[in-house]
Amino acid sequence: MEIPTIVGAGLIVIGAGLGIGKIGGSAMDAIARQPEASGKIQTAMLIAAALIEGIGFAALFAS
Amino acid sequence: MEKLIEQFSFGLFFWQLLLFIAVLLLLRKFAWKPILDAVEDRESGIKDALAAAENAKKEMQNATADSERLLQEARVEREAMIKEAREMKEKIVADAKDLAQAEADKMIKQAQLAIESEKKAAVADIKNEVATLSLEIAEKVIKGQFSDKAKQMKLVEEMIGDIKLN
Amino acid sequence: MHGFFETDILSDMQKPFYVKVLLVVTLLLGINAFAQEKDHSSSEEKGSLKTEIKEFIGHHLLDSHDFTLFTIDEEKNEHVGFPLPVIIWDDGLKVFSSSKFHHGESVAEVDGNYYALYHGKIVKTDAEGTINYDEDHHATNVKPLDFSITKNVVFIFLVSALMLFLFGRMAKSYKTSALPKGIGRLLEPIVLYIRDDIAIPNIGKKHYKKYMSYLLTVFFFIWIINLLGLTPLGVNVTNNIAVTFALAILTYLITTFTANKNYWKHIFWMPDVPVFMKIVLAPIELLGTFIKPFSLMIRLYANITAGHVVLMSILGMMFIFKNWIGSPLSFGLAFALSLLELLVAALQAYIFTMLSALYFGSAVEEHHDH
Repeated sequence: MEIPTIVGAGLIVIGAGLGIGKIGGSAMDAIARQPEASGKIQTAMLIAAALIEGIGFAALFAS
Repeated sequence: MEKLIEQFSFGLFFWQLLLFIAVLLLLRKFAWKPILDAVEDRESGIKDALAAAENAKKEMQNATADSERLLQEARVEREAMIKEAREMKEKIVADAKDLAQAEADKMIKQAQLAIESEKKAAVADIKNEVATLSLEIAEKVIKGQFSDKAKQMKLVEEMIGDIKLN
Repeated sequence: MHGFFETDILSDMQKPFYVKVLLVVTLLLGINAFAQEKDHSSSEEKGSLKTEIKEFIGHHLLDSHDFTLFTIDEEKNEHVGFPLPVIIWDDGLKVFSSSKFHHGESVAEVDGNYYALYHGKIVKTDAEGTINYDEDHHATNVKPLDFSITKNVVFIFLVSALMLFLFGRMAKSYKTSALPKGIGRLLEPIVLYIRDDIAIPNIGKKHYKKYMSYLLTVFFFIWIINLLGLTPLGVNVTNNIAVTFALAILTYLITTFTANKNYWKHIFWMPDVPVFMKIVLAPIELLGTFIKPFSLMIRLYANITAGHVVLMSILGMMFIFKNWIGSPLSFGLAFALSLLELLVAALQAYIFTMLSALYFGSAVEEHHDH
């Protein structure tokens, strides 16, 4: 791995991390607001996080 | 990416695909279908049982209501019957009383009639006896008196006068 | 950040407890690192250990043609394990035992042809085992089609057999009673979870039944094989792109072949948008249908690979530190990560199944007015 690649990978990780963090935070807020819907929120959260993760991994492998 | 393509092993892909599809088909036939069917059967069974229980409960309630109603009806009927019986009893008693009274009256009347007729018969008997006696006496008297004519006449007159009085 | 710098200025009395702990740990680590430098004054040795660990991890992640449980002595080529059959197609089917390779140390000669192992792959070579390279340092030797029963294939066989055994027994236990017995009691809630919380909400009550077999099989396959990958025998299967590719392509094929008119309409002629947008959207949507299974493939592969690399690196740190603070630390870390990997094993199976169900759901979605 050369330096630009590593930097790129770092950027990807930062981006994906921020995205997943935002999803997690929002999901927590939503669960706090509606604890009875926690199951559905968790499912939606996992799917959204998985999608971002997929893109992140794809970018990591492409770099 | 290059590394990924380089790492790709066709043999492993082939075996994975082959085995996975084989497992999928076998499991579908021998596991998933029976399992899901059994679970579904059980679930529908539970649903049916619940519905049946609900029905039974309803029927129970209906039956209780029915029996309650029947009981009420029976009670009313009993009351009515008792009332009727009492009335009947009273009527019977009253009837019996009336009948007895009537019978008694009748018997008294008959007795009175009998007494009356006995009395009459007795009176008639006495009359006959008296007449017979009177005749006998009269005969004897006549026999004694016939010797004396004047006396006889007087006697006869007296006697006739007596009879008229009677 | 501000607070962090401030703690240095503050007197010892005012420092919070955790800062003290951190300071002590940092100091100890520093001293240890210093001491270590002295002990192994030749940093070359340490470097070689690092590369050795790196190589070991790389080797662990690769598929292999023999089932090696562990290696006694790398130098003397002493391994505990057993060879597996090699099946290659090179002008006709050739089957021989992988013991001929002697763990990649020697060239196998079959019917006058010579084969060698190069980075875990079989290449055709000559009697001396020469490997030719091009400018980019890639081997240019002919690679025959390799259908060998490798370590991973053995594991796929085992997991398949295990699944057939488990679920066959579970299915059988329903014949005698409405409630499952034995292992079925553990598995039934999971089966029901997949049906009620993955299949039905995503696909819909009308169509979910025909996808249940695939969803259940793929979930349990990935889950069991991920879990087995975490055992000390640790044969990773899902960190092979070929395996995840096979699973993803099945999802893609099932989606494509069960899709209804509405699905294709949404791809090629998106309703309720201007004609220009329809033309622009069509290729994007078409590309999307390939990206979906592609991301499934990459996600599973990358998660498992990354998990194993990190776990093994931390385990390797134990041998690099070789002291009383680093090794327990890395042990603790490895333990925590193993627990996390247990979760990841199930989570990845869940995500794969969930997203597959989502794609199937979009394929059979009925037309409804927006």
